[in-house]
Amino acid sequence: MPTDGSDEAPRLIGTRCSDSGTYFFPPERVMSRAPGFADSELVDVELSTRGRLWSYTDANYQPPEPYIPVTDPHVPFAIAAVELDQERLVVMGQVVAGVAVDDLTVGMEMELVLDTLYTEADPESVGDEIEYVIWKWRPIESGTTAESDGSTTNGGE
Amino acid sequence: MTVEQVAVLGVGMHPWGKWGRNFVEYGVAAARDALADAGIDWRDVGFVAGADTMRNGYPGYVAGATFAQALGWTGIPVTSAYGACASGVMAIEAARQRILSGLCDVALVVGADTTPKGFLKPNSGDRQDDPDWLRFRLLGATNPTYFALYARRRIDLYGATLEDFANVKVKNSRHGLNNPYARYRKEVGVDDVMASPMVASPLRLLDICATSDGGAAIVLTSMDYARRHLGESAGSSESLVRVASISTVTPTFPNTIIEMPNFATDSAAGLPVPDNSFKQAIGAAAYEQAGIGPDDVDVAEVYDLSTALELDWYEDLGFCGPGEAEKMLRDGATTLGGRLPVNPSGGLACFGEAVPAQALAQVCELTWQLRGQAEGRQAEGARVGITANQGLFGHGSSVILTR
Repeated sequence: MPTDGSDEAPRLIGTRCSDSGTYFFPPERVMSRAPGFADSELVDVELSTRGRLWSYTDANYQPPEPYIPVTDPHVPFAIAAVELDQERLVVMGQVVAGVAVDDLTVGMEMELVLDTLYTEADPESVGDEIEYVIWKWRPIESGTTAESDGSTTNGGE
Repeated sequence: MTVEQVAVLGVGMHPWGKWGRNFVEYGVAAARDALADAGIDWRDVGFVAGADTMRNGYPGYVAGATFAQALGWTGIPVTSAYGACASGVMAIEAARQRILSGLCDVALVVGADTTPKGFLKPNSGDRQDDPDWLRFRLLGATNPTYFALYARRRIDLYGATLEDFANVKVKNSRHGLNNPYARYRKEVGVDDVMASPMVASPLRLLDICATSDGGAAIVLTSMDYARRHLGESAGSSESLVRVASISTVTPTFPNTIIEMPNFATDSAAGLPVPDNSFKQAIGAAAYEQAGIGPDDVDVAEVYDLSTALELDWYEDLGFCGPGEAEKMLRDGATTLGGRLPVNPSGGLACFGEAVPAQALAQVCELTWQLRGQAEGRQAEGARVGITANQGLFGHGSSVILTR
């Protein structure tokens, strides 16, 4: 995912198999996994930032390692599986803090946001922290339109 | 495309539990019981197939040679199989092929494990190229996360209720009450399930199976050998249980259902989505090879990693249509005494999962069911049984037994 600090909305990077039209995330770069398309070119693409909620759950217990706890004690968080509009593939992700399973329904519209996965002390600069960011999912509240980031619902290439 | 059958001449299990001993001990106990059940001396076995133990999602201890050594080296050829939850059936398939190719008459299949407590987790270290590591690091996605995603769809799409899920546990806990091999032999009520802590909404602790120690073994023989052997002994070939089919298929691209340990599916935007989902394909391949269909099945052992997953299997194995599993459960069709008892053993709800032994345990149970020896949990008059399971990395299996 590009994280250049610009105002552009975050986008997941995938690849597209030119001949079959199928997409891969995480990006396949060696060869297309679509059977019969082994020689097809794989092109980097920015994936849709929106999709429909395929299903969801939450993590009420702290997951085991290598999960890195962000709070002590553990605060439950929701996990969503979202089918991207254009690519028609499902991507799992944590749901942003403050959204619980009771706020979610299969089929609702979701959008991708950047958020903190965890932070750790910077070994090279005492007192500073390194922040690791990750994609997360957030429900699109009914009535709101796409934010002024230039993206459309279908996003894509 | 039906194939030649092989006979299940003997089965044996070590009781499931949390014994904390070496897995070899459980496997050897199960193997000796299976050999005694078959009336076959270890020195007459021509091949051993072992299902490897599972450690952090990947193969652990090599099983085939370990069991051959523990039973006493006889120069026997061995193999070891790893296929996550399907490991045991991959080992059965190796044994069947050995017999059908004429390389041996008698094969022994063994699987056993000692399982750590708590969530199954991936290998340690920095493993950024391992999807099983990434899903924990990036998402905190445990195995119950995936079970819960499937369960939630039943609620939102089909109107399933938490009571429905709990009633799967209630049914299985009753089925397993009299099973001497089950770890949990205690009746569980809907209230008990509802009072247990929420793990991954909508699944509570008692909706999700535990991990256990256990061992199971099976003696397979050619049909000719079985008839000769039974002719010589007091037994009759009337109750001879046969392997009618074995399915160990993988998914077909694009696989659009999110599955462990991945955090994304294949895309449905390019190639057409296959008619059968992966879980449907596991059963369909077994039916095709046996030349029968869901209507012919009398009893089933399916992988209830969660209560809701058992309901998914009713549909994926064709026992009912999509969204009809809850009705089938509520009507009592899958309870002992109903038209198609599911998990008469008590299932994973009563056993907990001992990965390399579990698929074999399903076959052991159906063998007892088809022989009419499942005391206290018998599906009356059962002649056809099917097993089904699915695990990590695109593994799954199904076995159809007949008599």
